[in-house]
Order: sequence, then C-alpha cells, then structure tokens
Amino acid sequence: MIVLDHVTMQYPTGTKALDDVTFHINKGEFVFIVGSSGSGKTTLIKLLLKEMNPTSGDISVEGKPYSKMKRKEIPMLRRKIGVVFQNFRLLKDRTVFENVAFAQQVVEKSMREIRREVPAMLTMVGLAERYKQYPKELSGGEQQRVALARAIVNRPDIILADEPTGNLDPKNSMEIMRLLEDINKRGTTVVVVTHNKEIVNLMQKRVITLKKGKIISDEEKGGYRDED
Amino acid sequence: MKINTLGYSIKQGLKNIRRNLLFSLASVGTIVACLFLFGIFYSIVLNMENEIQSVEDSLTISVFFAEGTDENRIAQIGDELKAIKNIDTLNYISADKAWSSYVEDVYDGNEDYVHSVFGDDNPLVNSSSYEVTLKNIAKQEETVSQIEKIDNVRRVNSSDGTARSLNSLNRLVGYASMGVILILLLVSLFLISNTITIGISVRKEEIAIMKLIGAKDIFVRAPFLVEGVIIGLVGSLIPLGIIYFMYNSVIQYLTEHFTIVANMMHFVPVGQVFKGMAPIALLMGVGIGFFGSLITTHKHLRV
Repeated sequence: MIVLDHVTMQYPTGTKALDDVTFHINKGEFVFIVGSSGSGKTTLIKLLLKEMNPTSGDISVEGKPYSKMKRKEIPMLRRKIGVVFQNFRLLKDRTVFENVAFAQQVVEKSMREIRREVPAMLTMVGLAERYKQYPKELSGGEQQRVALARAIVNRPDIILADEPTGNLDPKNSMEIMRLLEDINKRGTTVVVVTHNKEIVNLMQKRVITLKKGKIISDEEKGGYRDED
Repeated sequence: MKINTLGYSIKQGLKNIRRNLLFSLASVGTIVACLFLFGIFYSIVLNMENEIQSVEDSLTISVFFAEGTDENRIAQIGDELKAIKNIDTLNYISADKAWSSYVEDVYDGNEDYVHSVFGDDNPLVNSSSYEVTLKNIAKQEETVSQIEKIDNVRRVNSSDGTARSLNSLNRLVGYASMGVILILLLVSLFLISNTITIGISVRKEEIAIMKLIGAKDIFVRAPFLVEGVIIGLVGSLIPLGIIYFMYNSVIQYLTEHFTIVANMMHFVPVGQVFKGMAPIALLMGVGIGFFGSLITTHKHLRV
C-alpha cells in the first residue's frame, strides 16, 4: 500500500531530515509513526503528500512510484489520502456542514452527493446536530472531529493524521483515536504521526520510531520508545 | 469543468472581489482609464480616417497629352492608364469640355465677355486630359511617376498636400495613442496581478487545504480567473457606456462652438464607431483581466 524505499531527504541547508528510510505499510493497517521533534516526522508527511520530493529513494502508494508521477497526477494521489492536522485547519468563515462539504466541492462532487454524504459523515463523528455552527463555537475535540469528517468524506484509501491529539485533552484524544480505529476497521489504512506516548501505549498497534531521520525500531503491537 | 464547479468558481470570484474591494476598484479604475483613452483616440482616428477618405474620394489627377497627339493614341493612353493598379476611375475631358467648364467656373455670368474676346477659339485646344481617381492616395507619387513614363503624356497635375498632411497627422495620433494605451495596459496588468496576489494571500490557508485535499490546478485557479475577468469586464463596460453617451454631446458641442469643425468634419455616427470599438475594448478589458490573473495564478498556485 505505502512503500518507502531507501528514502533520504536533505534540505538545501544541509540538514538531513530523513536518512535512508525504508518501510512498508499494508492495506488496512493501523500504524503509529513516533519520534521527538526533529526526528523527521513532518518531512515524512510532506513527502507522503508529495509536497516535496526526496533527495534519493522512492515512495509509492498502491504500486504507483512518486518518481514516475506527473504533476497533474498529484491531485489524484492526494484524493487517496485524507489528512488530519494537529491544528484542525478548518475554514473559520464556514459552518461545520460547509467545512465538510468543501472537501467534496474540491473534488467536484455534485450537490446531490454532497447533501447525501456530508450528513452521513457528521453523524459518524457525532456532530450531526451541530452542522450549522462555526468552528469557533466548537470545542477542540469537536473541531478535530469535523476535520476527521472532512478527511474521510471522499472515502480515501489512507488516513494520514499529523499529531491529531496534539491540541486535545486526554478524553477528547481517546475519542479521536476511537474514531480513527473505527475508520480503520472499515478497511481504511490509518497512519498516525504522533508523540503522544499514552495513546500509543494504549492502542497497541504497529509503531515505527524515528530518531534524527532514521528508523530505530518498527514493532508490531509496540509501545512508545522514549529515546530522549 | 462541471457546472457545479463553475458556479462555485463564480461565487468565490465575486467573494474575492468583495473581500479585496479597494484593490479591485483600483484595478477597475486603471482599466477604465486605459479603455476610456482608447475609446477617445479610437473615435478621433476613425473620424479623421473618415475625413481623409472623403478628401481622397474628391482628389483627382489630370493627365495632359503632348501637342498633336491624335485620338487613337489618346484612347491607347487610356488603356495604358487602366492597366495601372492604383487607378480607380478614368474620365476623358475633351478640350471643348475643358474650356466650357473653365468658362463656367471662372466667368460665371460673364460668358458674353469671354465670347467677345475669344470668339469661337478654344485657348485650351491642347488641354484635353484624363481625370483619374486613385484607389490609395498614399501611393500617389508612385502612380504619378508611372503615368509620366507613358509616351505622349506631357504633364500630370496632382494635388496631394491635403491628403498627405491629414494622413501623417492621423498616423501621429495613432502612434501617440498606441504608446499611451500600451503604458496604461501594462499598468492595468500590474494592478490586476497585484489584486490577485493579495486575493491569493488572503485565501492562503483555504488554498493550502484545497491542494492537500486533492484540488486540481484549474479548480484552485478558476475563482481568480473569474475575478480577473469580472474586473476586466466591468473596467471595459464603464468607459464604453461613458463614451456612448458622451459622443453625440461632444460632437454637438464642437459643431456649435467651432464653425471650422462644423465646416470641415463629417462625423461618423456613434453606432458605426461602436461597431469596431466595443468588441476591441471588451476584448482588451477581459483579456487584461484574464491574462493578468492567469500569469499571477501560474506563478503562485502550482499544486
């Protein structure tokens, strides 16, 4: 599903954010990628979303190598990956409904599809009643649930969550993780990039640990390896 | 692009203009200024061209023959003249006709006096001629030298001063207006680009999310292209409207207050002016808007 093959990313400043990283994530897996700041997590996300290209090595999703991907194919790749951010990145001037619908407008879905699918997603994340509200009227946990609904509304094959619990209290963090687990059970591959030790230890999923751009461990049903 | 997406782009384009009203108005203002000047120059040049055309239509060249040229040769000369490409019409003026026209023009009412002096003699006996009109007055010199080369042609009379001065004045107005318009076009392009850049920076977060969700280039760009086109369209409709309503008033003012203008000029009706001017102005306005935003979005919005 997702393959990183000897990926190295060196910035023009000389900083090596990723150093010969190789791993394979199967379809339907739930994987944590953990590491302290500067471990290369953010770079990894940018590479997976093809916001930039690795200095060497290659990445492929569903067998399609990024190195052979044309620029016009990038939107189609991104439609396969639903993204959730630490700071939610909701549009403040739009309601809950409009924020989720936005993801469908962007991929040019019809109004009929939008009217059918958005309420279903909001029901799934438990916010069906609050569709008229604006992000500022919601708690952090609720905002993240809207962001999650936006990420899954186009039914992507992969969910890539970048520190999804970073701005949330433990209760809301667990709710979000349960939702992600739920989504995973329906067949979607879930990759969570985090440094939330408690969550990682509790979930008992595959854990890939990065340190200074290198993989230092890759464990099935692992826990958070505190290397600091 | 789907209809749904087109609707979205138009809505967002209008929203961009509202959000960025001051800059949008500045862009519209420059296009208005640019196309208003274009409209004025266009009207001036068109009216002058019309005037030149009527002067050209009235200008003739007279071709006189050498003494003793017989009628057969004169007919041959007529054929040789017809073979010259720039010659439009040819009219033979016999010596008798030339004299009677002269008497009519110069001694109108005193024909008896002329008769008492000249009797039945024709002082213009060697003045039969061809009166020639040209297709293109600008090529008059060239045509005259071609006529002069024909055997038995004694003299060629042409009066090209008026047409030549009008032509060169019109060219000057044309070049000057093109220069001013070009500068204003560049200023408009720059301002539109600035407006779009600001619009992009205001919507930076939204655009970033769009791209990460999988928006195609065209989907991200379309609202800005719509914004540019609307600015260009409004910027061209305003000066067209102003000129349309001002044109007749200005002509009326000029003919009432300047008798020389009233005597000299035959103004082109506003409908005829707009036939050419409106499509060009609309194309220029919409073009500036479209290309201004196309260049800017290309620079800033690559997925």
